[in-house]
Amino acid sequence: MNKKQKKVLYRIIASALIMIILHFVDIDNAVLRFVFYMIPYLIIGYDVLKKAVHGIASLQPCDENFLMAVATVGAIALGQYSEGVSVMLFYQIGELFQSYAVGKSRRNISELMDIRPDHAFIEGENGELESVDPDEVEVGSIIVVRPGEKIPIDGVVEEGSSSLDTSALTGESVPRDIKTGDRVQSGCINMSGILKIRTEKEFGESTASKILELVENASSKKSRSENFISKFARVYTPTVCILALLLAIVVPLFNMLMGNPAAWETWVYRALTFLVISCPCALVISIPLTFFAGIGGASNAGVLVKGSVYLEGLADVKNVVCDKTGTLTEGVFEVTDIIEGSVNKDRLLELAAYAESYSTHPISISIRKAYGTEIDNGRVSDVREMSGHGIEANVDGVRLAVGNAKLMDEMGISYTRTVKPGTAVYVAADGAFAGCILISDRIKKTSAKAVKELKALGIRTVMLTGDVKNTADSVAKELGLDEVYSELLPGDKVTKIEEIIAKQGKGARTAFTGDGINDAPVLSRADIGIAMGALGSDAAIEAADIVLMDDDPIKIPKAIRIARKCMRIVYENIYFAIGIKVLCLVLGAFGIANMWAAIFADVGVMVIAVLNAIRALYVKKL
Amino acid sequence: MKKSYKIDVDCANCANKMENAAKNTAGVKDCVVNFMTLKMNVEFEDGADAKSVMEDVLSNCKKVESDCEIFF
Repeated sequence: MNKKQKKVLYRIIASALIMIILHFVDIDNAVLRFVFYMIPYLIIGYDVLKKAVHGIASLQPCDENFLMAVATVGAIALGQYSEGVSVMLFYQIGELFQSYAVGKSRRNISELMDIRPDHAFIEGENGELESVDPDEVEVGSIIVVRPGEKIPIDGVVEEGSSSLDTSALTGESVPRDIKTGDRVQSGCINMSGILKIRTEKEFGESTASKILELVENASSKKSRSENFISKFARVYTPTVCILALLLAIVVPLFNMLMGNPAAWETWVYRALTFLVISCPCALVISIPLTFFAGIGGASNAGVLVKGSVYLEGLADVKNVVCDKTGTLTEGVFEVTDIIEGSVNKDRLLELAAYAESYSTHPISISIRKAYGTEIDNGRVSDVREMSGHGIEANVDGVRLAVGNAKLMDEMGISYTRTVKPGTAVYVAADGAFAGCILISDRIKKTSAKAVKELKALGIRTVMLTGDVKNTADSVAKELGLDEVYSELLPGDKVTKIEEIIAKQGKGARTAFTGDGINDAPVLSRADIGIAMGALGSDAAIEAADIVLMDDDPIKIPKAIRIARKCMRIVYENIYFAIGIKVLCLVLGAFGIANMWAAIFADVGVMVIAVLNAIRALYVKKL
Repeated sequence: MKKSYKIDVDCANCANKMENAAKNTAGVKDCVVNFMTLKMNVEFEDGADAKSVMEDVLSNCKKVESDCEIFF
């Protein structure tokens, strides 16, 4: 508790104690009784009264201080001393609780996102460490990070090896091993060895700064629910005030007209009850708090949400459209199958690896990797690379042609075309077909599980890819995707997304997930753009609405579950708070609910709504 | 021109009132107050002097909520 809150707490305790004593003491003298009750009232309410007067003076009468002041002064004027003081007392308890809860969750969330480095160490001339402000470190400097410290600036490891705790960035609890030459992101915690890192960016451009900036500005885009609540609050308070006025004046006058007793006191009391209920606090605090907690919980799980409006949208997602390469698959090619022709498998791979030994094409690299043995350059000669087709080379005196179907066709070699999925590399030795090597992109381990979980959430899954049809279809089948569109150019993907959005139906939304490298237009066209593997990629962070810090597709259903939980709590709070208030207003108008019920409708509902809102922070088990 | 300011205010509804007050200040194009992060993001009209506009914003905010502060 801060100083301000402690002061309020002491005032609450003091006036509550006096109230308890007064409850047991009978004071016969009316003036004395009034004076004694005024002591706890002023202790607890002086600031509210002051603000109420200030509010009237600046022509802003309808704020909660004014309402509380009128309600309590009115109750005291009616002789209901203990109720008047209690309303003020409970109002202050509610305010204190709210301010404490909000402060607490603010701190909780900033602790979760505690990735801001305070300093960087650079090595001085004599090898001693010098602590400097990370802002002052120039690009290309060497910084030293000792075990237990945060990496302050993005860079490349120049010396040393260690394991890194990336959980603050990715939510991933398994440490990542790094060695010399690896790229590291700021915000990770160095766990074991001393690292010397050559910085590649300025502090302000580093991952940790970027993420903090994003999280701190996250809630600047307000959601529909938040806008609804602030509009509601603007209308609600004046409406209830007018109703209170009607109850206090019009009803008794009407009674008099009808020749009945006016019963001024009863109706004024009921009107005062209205005023106590009229404060919109519970709603106004609990909805942004829920979003704030939801966004905080999500970022702790490695899901950065750029604003509450996107969390709200994510909860309504009915279609998840994914890119293939790099999203559902690793984006790394590897040899998946070898089909023998005239040459056996091992020899085929060896020949192909030698023929491709000079090429830097990803497919050549994957073949050499699958072969795994050092290439003896002396065995290769007369290499001729034919762009878009393949390679010709002499290996061990054999004239090899290694490439795609076009190459085989052009050279007039008869071969068996494979129907298996993946990229086929045909090998011909001395003009005769020798066999075929199949290369494909490996599906990520968690992709199938992610698709299954999405389906369990009632979401349709669609894959868009530029890859050939049979590869795309086989990936889609293996993952159990609902729909797949293949052989698309980047522009076609935007058209497809638009088609899907046009068909999605009212209230539904379509999310697109990609790695953000070449699908930025699609990311921004989709209702919700989710970029994954964004650690270190500024472009993706710019284009997307939601950023998955690592490239694990399982985070997609997780993010949706977090969003849905958050929205469930938002609606619970809206319905609960408005429901109880309206109920108490109705009961109050008929004289069934007294001022005590009104206090519950105001303070009690707010406490419950705030506690409910904080639940949105806990997303670990989702 | 957009700028972000740290604010201090006690209740969420007061933050909403500050937002409205700031929006209605001359020189302010748009304003979003985030109660949870205690930040006020102000978008100024072209050619407006941020400092003098913010002084008006503060005095307007003080009118609706005496117990508020904007740090600029």
